[in-house]
Amino acid sequence: MKKPFVNLIIIILIFLCALFVDVSHENGLRIGSLQRSGNLYLGLDLQGGMQVLLEADVEDGTVVSADQLNTARQILENRSNGLGVSDVVFQVAGSNRILAEFPGMTNTEEVLATLKGTGLLEFVDTGDEFMMEGDPIKTDLTVSSSEKSSETTTTAAATAANLTDSSDSSDSTETATEEKVYHTVLTGAALQNVSVQMENSTPVVAFELKSDASQTFADFTSANIGKYLTIVLDGKVISSPRINGAITGGSGVITGNFTIDSANALSVQLKYGALPVPLKIVEYKMIGATLGEDSLKKSLVAGLIGLALAALFMILYYRLAGAVAVLAIIFYGAVSLALYKLIPITLSLSGIAGFILTTGGAFDANILMFERLKEELRNGKTINQAITLCWTRAWSSIRDSNVATLITAAILFYFGSSFGATIVKGFAVSLCLGVLISMFTAFLVTRTLLHYTTKVVKPENQNKWFGV
Amino acid sequence: MKLNILSKRYWYFAFSLLLILPGLILLIVKGMPMGIDFTGGTLMELKFSEGNRPEREVLSQAALDFGIENTVVLSGDSNAIVRTPFLDDDQIESFIKFAAETYKEDPATLRYSISSVGPSIGKEVASRAFLAVAAAALGVILYIWFAFRSIPNSFRYGVCAIIAMIHDGLIVISLSALGRFWGWQFTSLTLTALLTVIGFSVQDKIVVFDRIRENSRILRKLEFETLVNHSIVQTLQRSINTQLMTSEFMLLSMALLGGTSLRDFSVILLVGLLMGTYSSIFIAAPLLVIWEKEEWKNWFNKGKKSTAQA
Repeated sequence: MKKPFVNLIIIILIFLCALFVDVSHENGLRIGSLQRSGNLYLGLDLQGGMQVLLEADVEDGTVVSADQLNTARQILENRSNGLGVSDVVFQVAGSNRILAEFPGMTNTEEVLATLKGTGLLEFVDTGDEFMMEGDPIKTDLTVSSSEKSSETTTTAAATAANLTDSSDSSDSTETATEEKVYHTVLTGAALQNVSVQMENSTPVVAFELKSDASQTFADFTSANIGKYLTIVLDGKVISSPRINGAITGGSGVITGNFTIDSANALSVQLKYGALPVPLKIVEYKMIGATLGEDSLKKSLVAGLIGLALAALFMILYYRLAGAVAVLAIIFYGAVSLALYKLIPITLSLSGIAGFILTTGGAFDANILMFERLKEELRNGKTINQAITLCWTRAWSSIRDSNVATLITAAILFYFGSSFGATIVKGFAVSLCLGVLISMFTAFLVTRTLLHYTTKVVKPENQNKWFGV
Repeated sequence: MKLNILSKRYWYFAFSLLLILPGLILLIVKGMPMGIDFTGGTLMELKFSEGNRPEREVLSQAALDFGIENTVVLSGDSNAIVRTPFLDDDQIESFIKFAAETYKEDPATLRYSISSVGPSIGKEVASRAFLAVAAAALGVILYIWFAFRSIPNSFRYGVCAIIAMIHDGLIVISLSALGRFWGWQFTSLTLTALLTVIGFSVQDKIVVFDRIRENSRILRKLEFETLVNHSIVQTLQRSINTQLMTSEFMLLSMALLGGTSLRDFSVILLVGLLMGTYSSIFIAAPLLVIWEKEEWKNWFNKGKKSTAQA
């Protein structure tokens, strides 16, 4: 080794950085422009939650395009934002499926209702009011649906309405403005075609109506010039254009401060208020929060005890070198955890299993070197020679055996992600990462620390110190 | 150390057969007890409040009256697992509501875990897994062939590693088939365990092969069998320490303390990884020697004393 001292400094620096990342940060982790959560990301099986696999509900042989799936994924993602969970994940899996994950959500009814919602697009008469994008709004149609879901509130509302009716009519308009219900002029079902066009080099969204809806639209627009016709998707405003003139031909354009992207987004939403392909739920898993917590606690305890036993064995069998290995494993653990947080990798039960296994693998790299070290010492080499030799001799087997594991892990990863088998994928990721970090640890930490042991061990005691 | 491991090589093969065959026969006769991940179906684990859990038969009858074919298994102190054919989400919700009303529980706490898998999914997983293993095996053969190109017949090393890997896979499959006697099912977690055993199996073979590679450069004059035997003995201590003393410690503690969801997984890994080490020494390396000597030409060395000395 050329500059062991430089190596030692590098090791300490990496270790300190890793520790800084590892400790939990209350306000999240911030390094420059990089922002990460303060704690490890836990998978569904460890914190509870739901996982749903949706499949395109088309006849056999019908090809679903990647565009359609991606649009569907986007629409579902937008809808799920209403659930108020921050890290909902949607992924296209394979050629006709979408995998959705809702960490921490165990209210199956709410989640499934969101996914199965049809996506209701409405053109709403908001009179002189301009509506902000994203505002919730009540319309004829959304009110009737919410009435169905909560019987008790509607009966209460009905009695209230009766009371006001008998006393004063001005009162009733006041109560109505508080919870104003807007009139729906048309729904998305009336749309024939939507496209993005250029008008004076600014993008606009052009639409065509079905023939039966054209008359309704013509009547409405001619009576309401200068007022707002708000476009609402699933009870939320997506755009609030002003009516600039009567639209009698059954087609019109929506102008606004559109960029090409925002115009495209609006046209997608208009076109696909409903999903571009019908989807059905083919698989769903729900893990209760208590189960997740139990699994996390138990597997952590098991891992720590196993690790402690292995460390004890290493020290008893390899003495000083064993202690070096234990330090190397601590380094390995700190760096792994830090990378899990930084990348970030969601830690699942199978991921923990992969991590524990690769920790065994990290010990293996050390054991390979130490067995070599003992062999060289027995052959009469000096401790300095033996330490240099044990690395060069052991390296080829460390490299080749780990590369073979990497090949397997990469193929498992591909298998896992193309199918949406998250268990396999999580496992493969932690396996890959573990193998890489353990090779790096053996190369840098074990080698450097072994070098420093020669400074403290006298040659006449070397057999005792290395357990030869 | 004078250990002649290779001389009894046919005994090891017989021993492996003895381990593999019972499970394999059971597999052919009765099939693998597949979990819902592969067959499709619904599994609901219900958590009742203390003392409120109904008897197994009572719950099962109630579900049957509700119109759902089922089997019920009790788990832990307060949980019950209801296994049914595939139910869609509406059916599951209405059943949970029904159970919550019948036993006066809160539906939210009653839903301990639910998994429901459509029937079309399972077959795809199985065939994809097979493809993944085949692709991994091919990748590994090619890599070993490349990594061992400096010594003669490098292609053999890859093939022997893969044969031993298949051996390890068969042991795990056989164990999973036998698992039906203690209520195991083959789930995607089992599949992950199988894939892991296969992955680590190769890692272990390479450590032994690496020693053969090194020794064949230094000890050119030695007979191949002696050389292989010598290499096995030299790496024996490492094999024992890596396997028994580190990995198996961790797996054992996972199997004992890791909770029910990880128990089957850990036991399979425990056995699988152990057999992975076993097969490096007792299957992969002897196969190399058999190939080198082309022992199929003299009826697998029948009646001839081995000459290996380490």
